Amino acid sequence: MDFRLKAYKAWLKMEEPSWATLEYEKIDLQSISYYSAPKAALNSLDEVDPEILKTYEKLGISLDEQKLLAGVAVDAVFDSVSIKTTYQDELEKLGIIFCSISEAAQKHPELVKKYMASVVPIKDNYFACLNSAVFTDGSFVYIPPNVTCPMELSTYFRINALNTGQFERTIIIADENSYVSYNEGCSAPTRDESQLHAAVVELIILKDAQIKYSTIQNWYPGDENGKGGIYNFVTKRAKCLGDNSKVSWTQVETGSLITWKYPSCILKGDNSVGEFYSVAITSKRQQADTGSKMIHIGKNTKSTIISKGISALKGVNSYRGLVRVSKNAHNERNYSACDSLLIGNTCSANTYPYHDVKNSSSIVEHEATTSKISDEQLFFLKQRGINEENAVSMIVNGFCKEVLQELPMEFAVEARALLDLTLEGSVI
Amino acid sequence: MLEIKNLYVSIEKNEILKDFSLSIKPGEVHALMGTNGTGKSTLVKSIAGHFECNITQGEITYNNKNLLELDPNERANEGIFLSFQNPVEIEGVNNSYFLKTALNAKRAYNNEEELDGLEFLKQLKTKLKKFGLDNSLLKRDLNAGFSGGEKKRNELIQIMILSPDLILLDEIDSGLDIDAIKTVAQVINSMLDGKRSLLMITHYDRLLQLIKPDFVHVIKDGKIAQSGDHTLAEELDEKGFEGLGLHNDKNN
Repeated sequence: MDFRLKAYKAWLKMEEPSWATLEYEKIDLQSISYYSAPKAALNSLDEVDPEILKTYEKLGISLDEQKLLAGVAVDAVFDSVSIKTTYQDELEKLGIIFCSISEAAQKHPELVKKYMASVVPIKDNYFACLNSAVFTDGSFVYIPPNVTCPMELSTYFRINALNTGQFERTIIIADENSYVSYNEGCSAPTRDESQLHAAVVELIILKDAQIKYSTIQNWYPGDENGKGGIYNFVTKRAKCLGDNSKVSWTQVETGSLITWKYPSCILKGDNSVGEFYSVAITSKRQQADTGSKMIHIGKNTKSTIISKGISALKGVNSYRGLVRVSKNAHNERNYSACDSLLIGNTCSANTYPYHDVKNSSSIVEHEATTSKISDEQLFFLKQRGINEENAVSMIVNGFCKEVLQELPMEFAVEARALLDLTLEGSVI
Repeated sequence: MLEIKNLYVSIEKNEILKDFSLSIKPGEVHALMGTNGTGKSTLVKSIAGHFECNITQGEITYNNKNLLELDPNERANEGIFLSFQNPVEIEGVNNSYFLKTALNAKRAYNNEEELDGLEFLKQLKTKLKKFGLDNSLLKRDLNAGFSGGEKKRNELIQIMILSPDLILLDEIDSGLDIDAIKTVAQVINSMLDGKRSLLMITHYDRLLQLIKPDFVHVIKDGKIAQSGDHTLAEELDEKGFEGLGLHNDKNN
């Protein structure tokens, strides 16, 4: 409680940032509810918006899953209950903690106290501070030393995670020489009435450990006029505390009306490695301002940023990235590549790279390209018998290949289906 | 098989083809010659349904179907293949994945079962081996970073895989050395089974010595000015278009 109050007081003094290339009306924060108990369950799929059901069908999601995602009360037959118990048994044997933050605060207060807000301080930024004051719940993961987590951990497994609402907080700690791959989100657009999402994710990586964090974000993007879409303001940051630690962020951002998100890496340990792979796609009236920050502090630290932005219809896509090399980060290496693909004439793409290098032995490289899907490329594929929709999908998937191949197998399949869905009807 | 009647085509308000007519029967080999800018490429692009070609008058029928009503991909799946003068590069799209997708699109169009990856690769490799074409192009991205010769070789691979009924070649011999032209001829001749038809655009007699045409046409000012057998091509080679009065008046 003390933590929340401190955050709230600090937040009152802050102003909403306005530097991003985003246009939206000021958010009325009084009008949103800060805690939504699990939403009133619907009784059957018949009550669900038929548009959403259509989308599920296209993505090949099973009926039970559809019910779960749409917020329909699911009876106990749904096998995730049994999945849950089996996987938790297995994880427990290895000493892995995977539970909600509220549960962790009760059972492992020493870990929560030590690491919460150690990567994203309370006063870090407007939205993170708001989160600190009002966060509802979230996921907590701890991997003990020398343990390789035997499965992909996913919020998807945790049914209650679907209802933690707009102010989610996630903490993942990889202790020495451990490994975990964590998947967040899911491809189906979740039913949600709230407007603002301000989540915080903190990753802590100790010596020789590695975290791979993959995200698929598909919140409701709004209609052709941008009405009803989600504002997604997320603070994600990883701290490579130990030597030889490694973190990699992979994100596929297809949803939300506005996305404001910069998964970052603080490379403190010597020889630590930070990676950021991103596909952000904006169509209709969607706007995305996304990128990464790589803060090099330790010696021989390496970072890679691969960002792919795709804009269609009236979508706006901006890459914003910072590479900071501190004085003692000898032999630092960074490579950034930001590519933009435009579909049609009404969308736009921007790139804002910032570099702040204080060490003369470091090498920082930045490449950026912007291209259009050319009519000649489309005609070529069509002349070989491939229809327009599949031809566009083929070109877009080719454009994103470097990022999609970083995703865990099943996630990658979902991501491809989502890309196709988002671009449906965007070629005239 | 292909009937073109009184065709008028313009590109960006310039009328390129004017009252153009041509008939191709199954098994026939036609060569199309003419100076630059006479409308040779426009003709084959119009047949394939290229977005730049604006057909203002006339008709094109293919196997008694009105071609002008079909989308480019439908025309392709009906068996029309256009080999491009400059095939485009598409990064990130694996070449063999592209070939498989194209073949399966055609099979689906004809209500045939789609081939799985393994079966497809087996067929593909057998075909490549027959003509001494190596597999290295398959692993790369579609035409990305290919040399001019590699792009043309890749077009040949597509012809072999898709086995079209009407092959349109737009200067497939340009920029190729004599050995590469021989490979082109080998592949194309092996496809000519008396049922398939071929329409090839070329500037040189060399290709026509290797792939013998039944008819040679010379385009001038948007329509066929003269037709003959392959002796016409030899004569052109000797005397030039101007010598025969077949140069494009407008360009001079």
